[in-house]
Amino acid sequence: MTIALLATLTSAELFAASNNLVSGTAFGDVDEIVVTFARPVTNNQLLERESYQVFEEPDPDIRLEIESITLSDDGSRATLRFSETLNQSSAYVINIKGLADEGGALSFTVKQSYLGHLFTILITAMLIKNFVFTKYLGLCVFMGTSKKKKTAKGMGLTFALVMAISASMSWVIYNFLMIPFKLTFLQIVVFIGLVALSVQAVDTILRKLNPALFASFGIYLVLITTNCVIIAVPLMLANEGFGFWESLMLAIGAGSGFMLALYLMASVRERLDVALVPESFKGLPVAFLVAGQFALAFLGFSGMSI
Amino acid sequence: MAAVKSNYQLVLNGILAENPIFRLALSMCPAVAITTTVINGIMLGIAVFFVQVASSVTISLVKNLIHPRIRIPTYTLVIATWVTVIDMVLAAFFPAAYAQVGIFVKLIVAFAIITMRLEMFASKQPLTPSFWDGFGMGAGFLVGMIVIGMIREFLGMGTLLGFDILGFQPLLFFVLPCAGFFVVGLLMGFFNHIENVHKRKKLGLIAHVNQKKNMPAGCDHCAPGDAHIS
Repeated sequence: MTIALLATLTSAELFAASNNLVSGTAFGDVDEIVVTFARPVTNNQLLERESYQVFEEPDPDIRLEIESITLSDDGSRATLRFSETLNQSSAYVINIKGLADEGGALSFTVKQSYLGHLFTILITAMLIKNFVFTKYLGLCVFMGTSKKKKTAKGMGLTFALVMAISASMSWVIYNFLMIPFKLTFLQIVVFIGLVALSVQAVDTILRKLNPALFASFGIYLVLITTNCVIIAVPLMLANEGFGFWESLMLAIGAGSGFMLALYLMASVRERLDVALVPESFKGLPVAFLVAGQFALAFLGFSGMSI
Repeated sequence: MAAVKSNYQLVLNGILAENPIFRLALSMCPAVAITTTVINGIMLGIAVFFVQVASSVTISLVKNLIHPRIRIPTYTLVIATWVTVIDMVLAAFFPAAYAQVGIFVKLIVAFAIITMRLEMFASKQPLTPSFWDGFGMGAGFLVGMIVIGMIREFLGMGTLLGFDILGFQPLLFFVLPCAGFFVVGLLMGFFNHIENVHKRKKLGLIAHVNQKKNMPAGCDHCAPGDAHIS
């Protein structure tokens, strides 16, 4: 009867059945993938390096080399150790050949959960690839508004708000209008237009809704159009092909990273006011030297991945 | 300052007295980020030069047609159009260098310096002075980029324009991206120092004259911008 049942199984069901064998996957250490099985597996094939094919999802031609495979004692968990560090923000495809008793080859994808992925984007844009200290963008506004902590907070908040609005608008327009109509060469004109539009919108809405808030933030709104970060983010999104939530996270990360940079800088510059600085270096020159030291410190984040 | 300047003075003003990078401290992102070699600096400098001249001329031509309330968005769109043009030209003819300069060519659209010149100069002046003002500002930016690029490439890699000069690498630190902050800061301090010395000499003269007239002399009494604009 078992034979008859097996014969009626279609290949799709076979695939599903074999997929049920793997109950969970996760990244272990920086060079490890841990595969959990639904029931104990006692197949020696699993310990053979040759039976695995592992590659990053975008390029199937580049196979990753497995260094060692360990199976837990009860046979429910296999740990694959690779000879190079894995990039945990991308997806890996694993094929296991020759699991004969489980019905042919087994194929599954290992990746971070979507929320984890979004969190990675947020933290990366905020700290590891901070727009001011590691990409050197938005310096004019950064130098201009980091004299006082209060100004820095106001500018940072306004900026993060406008950034989130304009980035989501440009994502929608880019994906639903510009790509279908092959207008991608108009990127620059359209994105800067959207930025100007959202600045105007925030200006009008804030003026009506909360005049007190407008009185304190209004002056920064004008400055936003001349900040390169605000146009750099939509351009990067267009290059990377991000989804909507990913874009929003990148925008918020970039905005809060800018706010963080402004606040750090303002804290130092308030102290600098009472310090003895050579006359020629007062103001901007010494601010640049301080920013250089911040950039050196942020260099320590480079290459990190979450 | 209100006096009409000759074309020669306009160009010189952009390069020296109101140099966009060192004196006005505007559009510094590329000055810090991509000046690791001279050739990068020249590349972006030329792009900015072109956009500045072209948009100054455009705005100066159509200044009477623009409604004052929407003038800033108009400037932005004009700049964006010219940036698109130069972006495509560079991508088509110099793909290797373009890959190095990367996103910064596109970012010219958000440069404060171009918008500022359009607002302060081109929207009020006739065509010829606007052209020369744009020419001077663009040239000033180009010169600034070349100076920073030369210092960083020479100190960092011992080369100039890719030609090996020293034969060794003195201070690799200078090709690190963050060294841009230090180089720009030190150069700004240097130019401020020159200005201070210059101003002190001038003030010495003024004080001398004022002593005769029994008038108080000092920085607070001069109109801002008097001392350092030749």
